[in-house]
Order: sequence, then structure tokens, then C-alpha cells
Amino acid sequence: MRAWFFSENAYHLLPDAREYDSIRVKLPNRYYDPKLGADLYHRFIDEWLMAEDLGLEIMVNEHHQTATNVNPSAAVVMGALARVSRTARLLILGNPIANRREPVRVAEEMAMVDVYSRGRLECGFVRGVPYEMSAGNHRPTRMQERFWEAHDLIVKAWTTHDGPFNWEGKHFHHRQVNIWPRPYQEPHPPIWITALSPSSAREVGARGYTAACFLTGFEGTKTVFDSYRERRVELGLPAAARDRFAYAALVYTGETDEEGYAGARKLMWYLESNKVPPQFTSPPGYHPIAATVNAMKGATPGIYKMFQNPTLEGLMHHGLVFAGNPDSVYRQIMRMYDHVGGFGQLLMMSQAGFLDHEETVKGMQMFSREVYPRLKELR
Amino acid sequence: MLLFGAMSGWITVGDVRLEIVERGQGRPILWLHGEEGLDPEAPVLQALAAPARVIAPSHPGYGHSPEVGSIDTVDDLAYLYLDLLAQLDVRDAVVVGCSLGGWIAAQMAVKCTGRVARLVLIGPLGIKVGDRETRDIPDIFALHPDEVLRLQYHDAAGARVDHATLSDDRLTVIARNREATALYAWEPYFHDPKLRGRLHRITVPTLLLWGAEDRFVTADYYGAAYREAIPGARLETIAKAGHFPHLEQPAAVAERVRAFALP
Repeated sequence: MRAWFFSENAYHLLPDAREYDSIRVKLPNRYYDPKLGADLYHRFIDEWLMAEDLGLEIMVNEHHQTATNVNPSAAVVMGALARVSRTARLLILGNPIANRREPVRVAEEMAMVDVYSRGRLECGFVRGVPYEMSAGNHRPTRMQERFWEAHDLIVKAWTTHDGPFNWEGKHFHHRQVNIWPRPYQEPHPPIWITALSPSSAREVGARGYTAACFLTGFEGTKTVFDSYRERRVELGLPAAARDRFAYAALVYTGETDEEGYAGARKLMWYLESNKVPPQFTSPPGYHPIAATVNAMKGATPGIYKMFQNPTLEGLMHHGLVFAGNPDSVYRQIMRMYDHVGGFGQLLMMSQAGFLDHEETVKGMQMFSREVYPRLKELR
Repeated sequence: MLLFGAMSGWITVGDVRLEIVERGQGRPILWLHGEEGLDPEAPVLQALAAPARVIAPSHPGYGHSPEVGSIDTVDDLAYLYLDLLAQLDVRDAVVVGCSLGGWIAAQMAVKCTGRVARLVLIGPLGIKVGDRETRDIPDIFALHPDEVLRLQYHDAAGARVDHATLSDDRLTVIARNREATALYAWEPYFHDPKLRGRLHRITVPTLLLWGAEDRFVTADYYGAAYREAIPGARLETIAKAGHFPHLEQPAAVAERVRAFALP
């Protein structure tokens, strides 16, 4: 199993949450102090590099108009990391390609990072969270269609080496596509796609990309991974290796359970601070009609209740948090591993909110020294 | 060919299947609903069906009408309904559209009024009035639902719907209506940047009806811009009504439509 250190790069130095009604989309950026922000950026880049030194891989993501994540361009921060890191694989999870107006630009940016890093990029494509719709003026309807057209265009741009090709699709038009540079890796960087539902898992499975689940817990993750595997059987394709399955959780390893739980409680800022009014959580068209109808009836799917009033016990019970001493963390990860039929990529959100630099580093060290060696032995 | 259920039936226009309400006899009224969707039992339709033949389709994606892959703009809907008028061989239609439906009606009328005798636009959206930094139309996708109600209704409390009391079918329709509205109106937001400059092409008599309490798009600002752009258009207001006067004052709306279009 490979483990990835992931940090949302939050700007957590906010006023009391009663002072604002949304941490996303509309929180005025007067609350952001660029001088403190610069210190945070440098600290977070240092932490990614320390993760590399500890043998972990590096993962970044992007979000927009939010204090929960101040990386509106994953390509920019990964460009910096590609230059200063040496050995780690570099995962962007991901590029919200249904929302990017120019997929060819995404193809160019990713090719740049791949060349900078001499072929260490792992390129994720994601749909983008509901809050991104207003932030980017992106229409929340028919996103799948836009997503896959953007994907097709990017892959063709990466893999065409004989001069310009033409693309006049439903959503994107380019008559002369011929990117410079081309990717370092052949035929292109490995592709990851976030899959949170069985239907999206089927699409990812058909293509054999790595499917990543975020905080989907035991049942949600199993459903997604099973759909991926079933789809491959249906299509007569070979079974996917374990490295095609990724699971993201909040992870904090301490010397004792108490220390691990204390770190995890600080990571929970990511869930606790997510104050967002209803118009941004459910833009029309983002969720399937049936799910919207259930929400109108007041039925929240079990796992999402976790996000409303999160408790550490509940989150650990559902497999959204792995925390405690090294043995506890190992057992919790293996419980998830066994439940979902195995996975080969562990995406660890191991910095959030008020977890300070020393605490972040300690959690990483404990994990990489005491837990990771056991996970690497999995065959 | 129309196929009727009890209250609504189905019609196929080209390869597009539409849920449709047709009732009454006489002068044809093509009723184009807005983002609130079509209620087959709406009092305003009943009132209009006494002196006229009301033809009221649910746009693709609204009500129970299936989404259509090739239809994703109001321009597409305008062509669809011009085709519907031709298919029904209607020659002297009164086209009535409310809010987003008013936008569709205007978009039809700038293309062709060969089968349209009169136009009634009820709080129509569809045009850009102010400069690029003026949000002419409040962003319903970024406002709290309670604030949207306050802006759109004279009686916001009366307009509030208790979802717990509704059937799954009704809730599904509400969710589909919202989704279809996002499909057609997300960007450019509830307008076609070129429509205002084309409204001079509308030469049929046009009535603009506006809720006097419409705080969503006001008669003084948005209604006035529409009136100035359509030659000879008349702008009338309906008391005690917000952005959907046909819901809050159906009898008054039906009476104004009758007086204007069914002499």
C-alpha cells in the first residue's frame, strides 16, 4: 500500500463562526491576511517535503472561494513542489475538469508538472464539490457529459504527437490542438478519478483508472469499489490491481490512543468548520433527483449525518477517521481494507485547522515509522 | 396528436415528448410556464379556459416532460414552441409567458410572429438591462431559499411549501423544475445578451403584466426596459402580487389577458 500526505491548506484564522453565515463562496476575503497566508503556504510546502523525507507520497487538491482550502490552483502549488521535491509521487486530486473552461490548458499544465518532476505526476480528475458551482459560475446540470468530454480532449492532447488535431465537441472547441510540452510519462501520467457513487465507479472501472473515495466510510466505499470490479467483469476486462483503489480519511497517529485522538479532534476542524447555507450545498442538478427528493423529505443518508454534528467516536466508527496509537491506527485501516476488498492507496488528510506544525510532523512521523511499514508489506 | 389523461396528456413535437394540458375551446392561448413549473389545476388556466383554448406544455425537464439532450437553451425552447404552433396549425395564437416563460415567448416573437396574434409577457426575464456589474436579476442559486421567497412573492409566508405534506411525485416535480431552471438559466443568468436588441422586431400587440410588489425584477426597472424595447408595448401592474402574479392573483391576471387578447 502507498500512503499519501494530503493537506487542504486551510486558512483557519477566522473570526467566530457566528460572525459569518458561510465559510464558502461568500466569506469576504478581508478576513484573509496575505502575510499570515504566506507563512501558511510556506509551512504547508515544508510539511509536504517532510512527508517526502519520511517516505510518504505527496497529494494536493484545489477548491475555490473558500477558507477551508486556499489552493485555487492545484497546478500552481504542484509546480512549486515538482521543483523542490525529489522522489515522491505527486498526486493532484484533482483537476475539476467539468468546471474548467479550457481542458487544453489543463493538459498543458499537467504536462508541465510532469516534465518538471521528471515523470512523477499522478493526474486526478474530479467533479468538484457542490460549493464550487456558484464560486465558478459553473452550471451544475449535465456535468458528467462535460466531464468526460473534457477528459477525452485532455487525453487526446497528451497522446497526440504529430501536430494539431481538431476538436469540435458539444462543450469544447479547439481547431488546432498541439500542446507543448508533452507529458514526460508515456503514454501519459496515471489517471485518478474521484468516484463517490456506484454509477461513476462503473465509468472509472471501465477505463481502468484509479478510483478514489473520500470519506465514504465502510458501506459507501464498498459499494463504489464493488461497482468498479463488477463493471470490469461485465466487460470481460482483467481484474484491477489493488492500486486502482484509493481511500481518503482523516488520519492521526500518536504514541498513545489519547494522543492520537487529540490530534484527530483537531483534524475534525475540517468537518466542524464547514458552515455552508443550503443554497450552496445543493445546487439544482448536482445531486440526482431521487437524492434531492429524499433530502426534501428530511432524510439524510446515514454517512452524511456525520458531517452535521461530527463526533470523533462516530467518525471512527464509520471509518472516516483512523486515529490512536500505531497499533490502533493499523487495525482501523485493516478493518476498512478487509471490508472493501482491499485498496492500495491511502490518502491521509493529516493536517487541518489548528493542528500546528509540530503536531502535524509528529503524526506523520509516528505513522511512517510505526504503521506504514506494516501496510507496505500487504500483498 | 393529443393524448389526454385526466388532467394532462402528452404530445410529440418532432422527437420531443411533452406533458401538456389542453382545455377549453376558442381562441388558442399558448401558456408558457416559468421556473415554478406548470400546475395542471392552476386557477389561472381554468379561468382562461372558459373563453379560450388553453394549450400549456411542460418544457423539457419540467413537470414530467423528459429532458432532451439536444435542448439546453431558451433559444431551443423558442424553436420547439414555434414548431408546436405549426404542428397544431394554430394561426392566431395568444402567447402568454411568465418569468422564464416570458423569456421563451419573447425569444419566439423576435424570430417569427406568423402564427402569433398577441403577446402577453408576465414578469418576463431574458434581457440584460444594467451594466456588467449590475446584477439585474437576484441570484436565486446563491440566496437563501427564504430570501428568494421574500423577493418573489407578495405573500412570502403564503407561498412557503411544507415538503413534508407533499407526495413523492410532487417533490420529484419540484426538484426537476429546479434542475431544468438551472439548465436553461444558469449562464448567461436568466437572459440572452442579444435579446434586448432584437425586441424591436416584435410587431404584434404586446402586454406586459407586472406584479406591483415584484421585488425580484421590478416594474420600474426591468418592466420599463422591456416596454421601451418592444414597439407599442403596454405595461400594467397587478396589485397584491409579486413575481408570479398568476399564482397570487389568478383572477386578475386572467381578466387582464381576456381584456387585452380576447375581445
